[in-house]
Amino acid sequence: MELKRIVITGTGVISPVGNTTQDFWSGLLSGKSGLDTIKGFDTEGHRCTIAGEVTDFDPTQYMEPAAAKKIDRFCQFAIAASNEAVEEAGLKDSSIPAERIGVLIGSGIGGLATLEEEVEKLVTKGPRRVSPMLIPKMIGDMSSGIVSIHHGFKGPNFTAVSACASSTHSIGEAFWILQRGDADVIVTGGAEAAITPVGMAGFASMRAMSTRNDDPQGASRPFDKDRDGFVMGEGAGILVMETLESAEARGANIIAEFIGYGATADANHITSPADDGSGAAAAITMAMKHAKIDPSEVSYINAHGTSTPMNDKFETRAIKSVFGDNAPNIPISSTKSMTGHGLGTAGAWETIVCALAVKNDKIPPTMNYTTPDPECDLDYVPNKSREVSVDIALNINLGFGGHNATGLVRKFK
Amino acid sequence: MSSTADKVIEVICEKLSVTADQCLPEAKFIDDLGADSLDTVELVMELEEQFNVTIPDEVSENILTVGDAIKFVEENA
Repeated sequence: MELKRIVITGTGVISPVGNTTQDFWSGLLSGKSGLDTIKGFDTEGHRCTIAGEVTDFDPTQYMEPAAAKKIDRFCQFAIAASNEAVEEAGLKDSSIPAERIGVLIGSGIGGLATLEEEVEKLVTKGPRRVSPMLIPKMIGDMSSGIVSIHHGFKGPNFTAVSACASSTHSIGEAFWILQRGDADVIVTGGAEAAITPVGMAGFASMRAMSTRNDDPQGASRPFDKDRDGFVMGEGAGILVMETLESAEARGANIIAEFIGYGATADANHITSPADDGSGAAAAITMAMKHAKIDPSEVSYINAHGTSTPMNDKFETRAIKSVFGDNAPNIPISSTKSMTGHGLGTAGAWETIVCALAVKNDKIPPTMNYTTPDPECDLDYVPNKSREVSVDIALNINLGFGGHNATGLVRKFK
Repeated sequence: MSSTADKVIEVICEKLSVTADQCLPEAKFIDDLGADSLDTVELVMELEEQFNVTIPDEVSENILTVGDAIKFVEENA
């Protein structure tokens, strides 16, 4: 099958590092951490008290106050980031029919804060006090639903849910919707807001999160020997993906080309990645096959790099198994060292990083890398961004459930 | 207007994101104040909560205007 060329024509970001693509990107290049002590709720008794919260976010800057009140925080993030992406892509003034614009925004968790509030009402006041808005505010697909309502886009619309790979799957499935011709444009990415008492307690009980509570900015240290878990982030990342034919017909600005997507499962364990990295490796290989590229052509990898002891070790094995002797020559970074782990929005942020890396020939660093780990022995672009020619960038995201998703972005030529 | 009426209007303003001067007695929640069916359910629940009353479903179905809400609360709270 001859594939269409698919390009990225707009991006939008709400993140702990910045609430525009520009602030996000310049923040990452300068090594800015978005991680801090949690301010959003009282963390008394919590094992982990640090996170990457979105700050300076007023939802009414992006939507009507009445509309903002009716949706969960993760959907507010989705709308805010979609406004920026849609604006940059020039979709508002385009003549593309609404039916040809789809929306596919992933979320791993959905409206957890809403669920917590309503469960408390159920317990303290009884079932008749549970809000009729609980279900529409909570369900994870509402990010796609609400963004379509907000902008009036009537093309294919659903949500991929695959934990920390949700937005990477969304972006990849958007690629295939465009390939099969059901839309000319898809507004895709991810949105997440799970820094809530239950969310933090649940991940902490798994011992998945860093407990370096006295050093929030040093707590996310992917590939470093002293890493002790991830730090949660929140926000949204949105990309406007479009067929090259559509983008050229309307003279849209093209940021980068999206050339391949891979998706596999470990079939191993509900939360632990396969220790040989074979599932992730197969997802990388699948993306390269669709992109018709050779492993030697990959010039940057944005790793999943969560800063958990297992992920970073097994992901390193996956990269080595695909890239072999060339693996040490490929710059790899984990921007989670600065953003924290955005769960269902991580892949969207990181695909945007890949797109900006190929566009600008710059690679943001892995911060907090101080002590090499013999089991993680590749080039992780430690602590300082790098200016280097980047033609093809690979993004990797791996989710609880054993979901592996990868995407490939190429400099637009 | 009674203080109960004022308080009902306050609840309506908060729940439906409208202003007090829009809350004329004959104003319909859905047609005039921009509410949808979920909003009207939430509004009735909030009135129950604020005035410590129980509004049965068959009654709440007939609370369609600002005046209906004030009248119910004044007679039952």
